[in-house]
Amino acid sequence: MDTKKLLGFAVFLLAVFVLVPLFIGATGRVDFFYTLTSVALLSVGAAGVWLTFYIGRINIGQGAYALVGGYVSAILVTQAGVSFWLTLPLAGLFCAAISVVIGLPILRLRGVYFAMVTLVLTEVARLSALALPVTNGAKGITSIPLPGELSFFGLTIIPAFGSLSNPRIGFYMMAVVLMVVTYLVLWRIVNSRLGHLCRSLQQNEELSASIGVNTAYLRVLAYAISSFFGGIAGAMFASIAQSIYPSSFVVADSVNFMLYCFLGGLGYVFGPMLGTLLLYFGWDLLSIAKQYQLLVYSGVMILLMLVLPNGVLSLLDKKEGRA
Amino acid sequence: MEQIIANGLYLGAQYALIALGLTLIFSLMNVLNFAHGQMYVFGGFVTYTVVVQLGLPFIVGLFASAIVLAVMGAAIEKFLFAPVVRRSKRDESTMLLAAGVAFFLDAVILLFFGEKQRGVPKIVNGVFNWDMRIIMPYDRILIGVLAILLIVAFIAFMNYSKTGRAMRALAQDKMAAQLMGVNVARYSMIGFALGAMLAGLVGGLLVTITGVNLGMGGPTSIKAFLMIMIGGAGVISGAIAGGFILGMMESVGLTVLSAYGDITYLVIFASLMVFLAVRPQGLMGKPWG
Repeated sequence: MDTKKLLGFAVFLLAVFVLVPLFIGATGRVDFFYTLTSVALLSVGAAGVWLTFYIGRINIGQGAYALVGGYVSAILVTQAGVSFWLTLPLAGLFCAAISVVIGLPILRLRGVYFAMVTLVLTEVARLSALALPVTNGAKGITSIPLPGELSFFGLTIIPAFGSLSNPRIGFYMMAVVLMVVTYLVLWRIVNSRLGHLCRSLQQNEELSASIGVNTAYLRVLAYAISSFFGGIAGAMFASIAQSIYPSSFVVADSVNFMLYCFLGGLGYVFGPMLGTLLLYFGWDLLSIAKQYQLLVYSGVMILLMLVLPNGVLSLLDKKEGRA
Repeated sequence: MEQIIANGLYLGAQYALIALGLTLIFSLMNVLNFAHGQMYVFGGFVTYTVVVQLGLPFIVGLFASAIVLAVMGAAIEKFLFAPVVRRSKRDESTMLLAAGVAFFLDAVILLFFGEKQRGVPKIVNGVFNWDMRIIMPYDRILIGVLAILLIVAFIAFMNYSKTGRAMRALAQDKMAAQLMGVNVARYSMIGFALGAMLAGLVGGLLVTITGVNLGMGGPTSIKAFLMIMIGGAGVISGAIAGGFILGMMESVGLTVLSAYGDITYLVIFASLMVFLAVRPQGLMGKPWG
């Protein structure tokens, strides 16, 4: 990692951890904390979708794993009394395990077929949540307690959220930490041997199989990692909203996860993060347009696609090309 | 039992018509048209406007929605999809565009027609009753028959007209069709317009029975995706088969599984995944779409 990248990373950390809270404090728009928390969490889920794009699969099923993750965490916290901090990785692992079982058959599909099956998967998750006894049906699981204290050997790392004077900032900080960690992991994956192998899958699966790449293993692995991200994002969401319903994550959310990746740019690790910020935050800001909100939003989306069909971050490409 | 089959056929005829439009667009341009459900709803609203608000006969409304949707489809292809397909690095980028179009149509429907459920008065009165074994209102039978006639007309058009032949050639092999002198840009536009027109026609037909509302677009798209997955994406016979199979499954499921609660679609989805694991390209599809 060269100094320029390190510097950029430091600036980014400074911006999200210091400047944003200061800015919100100065303007008094406390509701932005909630919006930005959502952006951070959604971009964690979008990171997963992006990884499946990276192996050449269109994933419109992230909402399913977010829902499952949310339910796993909510059920463990409310019914078994497990600490939220333990359920967070458990939710991710549970989703990863499910995704291996589901992924083994469906990852044989390609192109639109895979896309459509994953889309259906979101509906399956919603309908299962309605039908299963443990999820409490359409009433969902409500009044989930706020995350408690996390401590190692008596040393408090994260204080209990209930004791905080402003849990919103707490949630914001946590979501952003989660996002930063996720994207560091993603960046590390992409720039490792695994990442190169994934890229070979994206370009030509038969060819990479013919030179000895274990494609079946790789794509399940990538899908499991992707679902892990979806699961922890969902678990965090459930704990912030203190509730989860079968309709918490629906097909529209799955489609949105995919759109975030497209808009940011599929060729860039930080694409999904930027895409999430633009689309989600943009939608929030557009609420001033009242009844024309959706019209303006979708109009801008179409325009962006017409001008930059390869994502917003493809602007960087052009600059490099000229220089 | 007869009732279940009759219901299944009636549902299947409508579904097949929706799936035909979607599969046509997919086979020509490799675009998964997320906005298909919205186009269907739009067609329903056009018919509603013409029939109820302008007081014209139903058939005029049906033609109006076909024409409006065909023009809209052609414009969307020419000004949105064609440029993006040409310039984008990956085929899938059109998905964002299609989703954007879906949102846009939702917004337009909301602004023009409002969020209320709208319907057209019955075009034929009375109920067909065969010895209490099959009970079906006449208007449903009429719509079902019209849908089947449209499907037959569409197949005939694709098989015997010059335009239809050109589009089939395009779907089979774009490069070869181009070398044989098929104007790819023009026929892609016609195909998209035709697909949108079919969606508009179904909307116009169904507005007389179930009515339309803003929220119907998304779920309709998902059902259409299901059908073309069952039959195989981009294959016309597959879309028809998929439509009828889904219609039958829904009709049987709603009757047989009603004792266990609302799990018909869960069962359909689960069996679809098992089916696709065994046969990824659907009933009649080409491997890897």
